[in-house]
Amino acid sequence: MSTQILRRLLALVPVLVVVGVVVFVLVHVAPGDPAAVMAGNEATPERVAQLRHDMGLDLPLWEQFSRWVTAVARGDLGRSYFLDQPVSESLAQRMEPTGLLTLYALVFSVLVGVPAGVVAALRRNSWVDRLTMVISLGGVSVPAFWLGILLILAFAVRLRVLPAAGYVSFAEDPLGNFRYLLMPSFSLGLQSAALLARVVRSSMLDVLQEDYVRTARAKGLRESVVMVRHALPNVMIPTLTVIGNSAGGLLGGAIVTEQVFNLPGVGRLVVESVLRRDFPVIQGAVLAIAGVYVLVNLIVDVAYVVVDPRVREGGQ
Amino acid sequence: MIVLENLLLRVFPLASSRSSKWHWTWILCRDSGAVVGGFILVVVVIAGIVGPYLTGWDVLKVDPANRLLPPSSSHWLGTDGFGRDVLTRTLFAARISLFVGMATMVGSTVLGTVVGLVAGYFRAVDGPVMRVMDGFMAFPSILLAIAIMASLGPRTENVIVALTIVYLPRIARLVRGQVLVVRQLLYVEAARVLGADDWRIVIRHTLPNCLSPLIVQGSFTFAFAVISEASLSYLGAGVPPELPTWGGMLHEGVPVMGAAWWMSVFPGVAIAITVLSLNQLGDGLRDALDPRIQRL
Repeated sequence: MSTQILRRLLALVPVLVVVGVVVFVLVHVAPGDPAAVMAGNEATPERVAQLRHDMGLDLPLWEQFSRWVTAVARGDLGRSYFLDQPVSESLAQRMEPTGLLTLYALVFSVLVGVPAGVVAALRRNSWVDRLTMVISLGGVSVPAFWLGILLILAFAVRLRVLPAAGYVSFAEDPLGNFRYLLMPSFSLGLQSAALLARVVRSSMLDVLQEDYVRTARAKGLRESVVMVRHALPNVMIPTLTVIGNSAGGLLGGAIVTEQVFNLPGVGRLVVESVLRRDFPVIQGAVLAIAGVYVLVNLIVDVAYVVVDPRVREGGQ
Repeated sequence: MIVLENLLLRVFPLASSRSSKWHWTWILCRDSGAVVGGFILVVVVIAGIVGPYLTGWDVLKVDPANRLLPPSSSHWLGTDGFGRDVLTRTLFAARISLFVGMATMVGSTVLGTVVGLVAGYFRAVDGPVMRVMDGFMAFPSILLAIAIMASLGPRTENVIVALTIVYLPRIARLVRGQVLVVRQLLYVEAARVLGADDWRIVIRHTLPNCLSPLIVQGSFTFAFAVISEASLSYLGAGVPPELPTWGGMLHEGVPVMGAAWWMSVFPGVAIAITVLSLNQLGDGLRDALDPRIQRL
């Protein structure tokens, strides 16, 4: 199994190379000159040219690329033009809100989506089922950032029970941190919860018709044992796929949600850097996010092997 | 529904030879969700086309005396920070959202199909092409769209280009998977034995088998594109801010949320209705066209 994981890890290298090339090209063909932005309106052309030279922006594009790639390969993402610190440091500072937001949203969607799907399937065609499906249909269709705006409108502007925007770090005040992340996590996670509920329901309905469930019931097992031992493990596999996809999707969605709730996360950093033309930060942050994204997908694939003995045996 | 049926018959001639003309209508109507979804979508399209002329207000005309008015009999959904009618702008914005969604769907489907067919059928290019596609899929979709928009600049065409690039790899992967299955089948082998060249096999024998998943995927791509366009416009990285878009209107509404809740609510309702109808249509098409795919 470890050679399998190693092989998959090596397969990530070409993917990340493509990511690097795409990011570099996109950033460098973009209009706008960071040197001119940095020098300000009053600067003489000579001063701008000097800055361009200092930043290495006057080199041919392929040379800038090869310098960046060799630096990244050594673990050096470069220095921010504007923040006066290494990119890796800016990323580290901004990681906590994004990470916690994604994690909370994922936990929320699993805790709500999976039980809702199971209950809906067990009470098929009852009002519980119908209600769950209606809510999940709405949940899939409502854009997360608008849900966030509605929550702010209701709980911060009208009821004044939760802060509309802002952030305190977990280390500083764990409870306050949770209060700041409550609405963002809910608005970000609802869509995944809805999708998860629909997938769990439909695979549960399939599993309940299987022969082995009937056999388990026929030999007199208690219903709870039939569910926990025989039905649920088989629902886990499609569920895991959706959870894996959601984790990646939530990471992307966090970028927009951070804007809505003014959270100082990596997504905000990317959007701010795009506006400032801070090339090293855009490149580093996008590369880091894409790296985490493919790693999450890898972890999901490994999780299949752990959960599903058939994949395990097939792989050997 | 008749229009849709004719469309399906045209793009899916196999079906017409196999079953009666009414077969499709019947399959689609059996699922009431798809009918409701299709109907709401048609209503949204018509509202976007004729709606802005019926409200009696101008989309762009600024009227500072009447700024931030709450919903009333003259301004049904209130006015925005420049005194413009929110209803008129919400209706007008449907044009841009639907146009971007439709163009993205067509663009990514056509290009993705070409890439998928080439990768699936011609094995020599499969590896490199699909690695590049994997690379594009390694970005969270909205992040890639933001990065592309940053380099192309805020224009409606560029939003379409960006979202097409984002969704193209997903379509390509779908078509490639389908081709890999189909090329093993006996009738493809038979066609080759009969002397058909590669292009004939790809176009006449492989492509028709990809159509039903493509049609289903198309409606979901449309829905994703509507949400993505709104997100980009909300972030200020989408359609130019002069044009009314749902995302852009929400962006303008946030700073005055406490004084004018209607600006933060109604454009979002429009997005939700449009996306809901597309999702319903997609679910219905999936059940009708491909019963083997598990229903979500």
